[in-house]
This record gives sequence, structure tokens and C-alpha cells, in this order.
Amino acid sequence: MPFQLDIVTPEKTIFSDTVDDVYLPGSEGEMGILSMHAALVAPLQPGELRYLKDGKIEELAVGEGFVEVADDKVAVLIDLAIGEDAIDEAQVEEAMKRAEEALAGENVDHDEAAALQMVIAKSEAMLRLKRKRF
Amino acid sequence: MANLRDIRRRIKSVKSTSQITKAMELVAAAKMKKAQNQALAGRDYADKLNKVLVNLKANTEEESHPLLGKREGSKELMLVISTQRGLCGGLNTNLLKKVRLEASEDAEYVTVGKKLRQSIAKAGGKIVTDWEVSDPVPFNDAKPIAKFLTEQFLSGEYDKISVAFNNFVSTLTQTPHVSQLLPIEASALAEKQDYEGVGKDEIGETDDAAALSTDYEFEPSAEGVLDKLLPLYINFQIYQMLVEARASEHSARMVSMKAATDNANKMVKELTLEYNKARQAAITSELLEITTAMKAME
Repeated sequence: MPFQLDIVTPEKTIFSDTVDDVYLPGSEGEMGILSMHAALVAPLQPGELRYLKDGKIEELAVGEGFVEVADDKVAVLIDLAIGEDAIDEAQVEEAMKRAEEALAGENVDHDEAAALQMVIAKSEAMLRLKRKRF
Repeated sequence: MANLRDIRRRIKSVKSTSQITKAMELVAAAKMKKAQNQALAGRDYADKLNKVLVNLKANTEEESHPLLGKREGSKELMLVISTQRGLCGGLNTNLLKKVRLEASEDAEYVTVGKKLRQSIAKAGGKIVTDWEVSDPVPFNDAKPIAKFLTEQFLSGEYDKISVAFNNFVSTLTQTPHVSQLLPIEASALAEKQDYEGVGKDEIGETDDAAALSTDYEFEPSAEGVLDKLLPLYINFQIYQMLVEARASEHSARMVSMKAATDNANKMVKELTLEYNKARQAAITSELLEITTAMKAME
């Protein structure tokens, strides 16, 4: 039974339609949500989001955020959601390299390190999605 | 009557001013469209975030997170979001008035944008630090500001953090607004939707009611979710306020530049009329002189 899925970033609404199921990268591991799921709030970590629509599986690389399930509606609030064809491999690699270099350098405080690791994790998620197809 | 050359010079200068204001109007109009769209796009996210938080607050103790707890003291830190450039009508003046009205006596300030930084410093307000935000507002620009404010609050330096910004209502209306950022209050959460201006009617209050009636499961725990959600919420609030302020700025600039262009055009018209009158008078008197001279020769 299809249910409503909204994927929203602060900059725009990425997806808003009915889907048959959705798999999310929860902070405690991947979780699948089907119709009639109990109300839930859970944080998400960078990774891969999959949903099934009209018998077709669509995949998105997502960043940090959380998911809210209520009244058979799933809302994914995330700071990044990007499809495979929109990912620029070279650019992502470049960003990842910069972050790794900055992380390896000296005088990085705790918060900066966390932010850089987040950049790396997001980049990895995007690259994984991009390269899977080949 | 002023002499011809003076009038001609004035017409020329007014015309070139009107060209500049016209150009600024067009630029502001283009930027305004973008900024307004950005402000609108953020509202879906804001709506959902508020909904979840209102519910979370209902399910947890106030003391369960340091960002939620009310403090005894009243030392205030105010983030003032003004514009980087002038020529945007009464936007900054109105905001400053509002700040004077709302800020407590010993409040200290953090500013975004040059305009009110100067005014507040001149009035003797203590400015702790300031930021510049690029255009259009990237989400990442809000992060350092949010981090700084949160740290200041958690360190106990300040007991209350508020934000003053121009709330974008429509192209013609922007209202100065002061809202409390920290500590996060449930009443403030519900009220937050107020400033979101355009389309706010669609953000139904029914959503809140529905959210409150739902018993959420939290994974891994309510506290774990709070730890992640609250910083995100603060980031996003600041981002949304920056975007609202930016939309207000461009709208106000476009409107005031349009008024300036209209005034300049009107002035050119009046001056041209005066110029033609002066020219005619000059010709008439010249003719008169010639005929008088001819009469005298006869």
C-alpha cells in the first residue's frame, strides 16, 4: 500500500509523492519503513536512501538529518539529498581530499574535526552511490 | 528665471541618477525573486521541524537538555541582522527602533551586516562580534553563527539569546521582529511560525494539533534525539531568519529604488518644462531686441 514520502532540505523540497517502501540510513543502522508504521522520530546519518515507486527502486545519497513518521506520512528532513546523475564525481573527490587534508593537519579542534568527518562521510556516501552503477 | 545652461546641467544629472536607481531597481528585483523563493522553500522544513519539536517538548522534561532550561539571570545577547548596504528605505531605521524597544538595558550585541553595526556602536552598545553573510544565503553561513551563540549560552555568559531581524511579509511590507532563540520555549516554538510571512496561512495550526496527539517512538532515545535535533533546529532558525532578512532587504531596496526612479523622472519632466519656458523667453526677448533695433534704424 503506497504512503506519502516527503524529502525536504532547507533549500528546497526534493521529493514529495507516494511510495511503496523506503529504506533509510538510521544512526543505529539501516531501517526500512513500510505503510502503517508506528509514529517515530530518529536521526539519520550520511548514507543511501532507497524508495520503491511504481515497481522501480530510486536511490539518493543523503546527508545528516532525521526522519519523522506520523499518520502514515514519512518526512525526511535532511541537509543534503542528491540523485546519482547529479553527483559530480571529480568535485566530490576534490572536496573529500580537502577535508582529509585539513583533518590530517594540525590545530583542528574537536568541532572542526567532527564537521570535517561529516564532510568525508557525505562524500563517501555520494561516491558509493555514483560508482555502484558501473 | 534660472539660466539655460544651469537647467540643462541639472536635467543631465537627474537623468543619470535615474539611470543608476533604475539599474539598482532591476538588480534588486532579480535578487528579490531568488531570496523570496529561498525564504519560501525553507518553510516546508521549518514547518516540519517545528511540528516535531513541539511534540518532543511535550514528551520530555524541561530540564532534560541545557538548551531548554530557563535561567534566573537576565543577561541578554542579541543578534541583530541588518543589511550590508544602504539605500533600502526605512528598513534599518525601523529595525533599530525595534531593537531599542525590546533589548534590555545591559544587552550586548552580535551583528550581521554593516549598517546597524555602525549605528549600535555609535549609540554605545557593546558589540561582541560580527559576521558577513554572502548573497544568496548559503546554509553553511548560519552554522558558525549558531555555534557561537550556543556556546555563549551554554558557557553561562548570557542567560538569554534573542534575534532581531526584518520579517518578510510581502514585497511592500517588512516588519521588524525580535524573537527569543535560547532557551527554546514551547510557546516560542508554536509562535515561530508567525514570522514566516508569505504563505503562512497554509502552514496550518492543525498540523500542531495532530503532532501533539501522536505518541512518537524515539530511536535511540528521546534524549539522544534531542541532542541531535536541537542544534539542527538552532542552525535552521538562524538560516531562516537570515533568509527572511535578505528577502526583506531586496524587496525594500527594489521598492525604494522604484520610488526614486519615479521621482527622478518626474523631476526631469518638470525641469524640461522650465527649460523650454526659459528658452522661449530668451527667444522672445531676442526677437524683441532685433525688432526694436530695426525700428530705430528706420
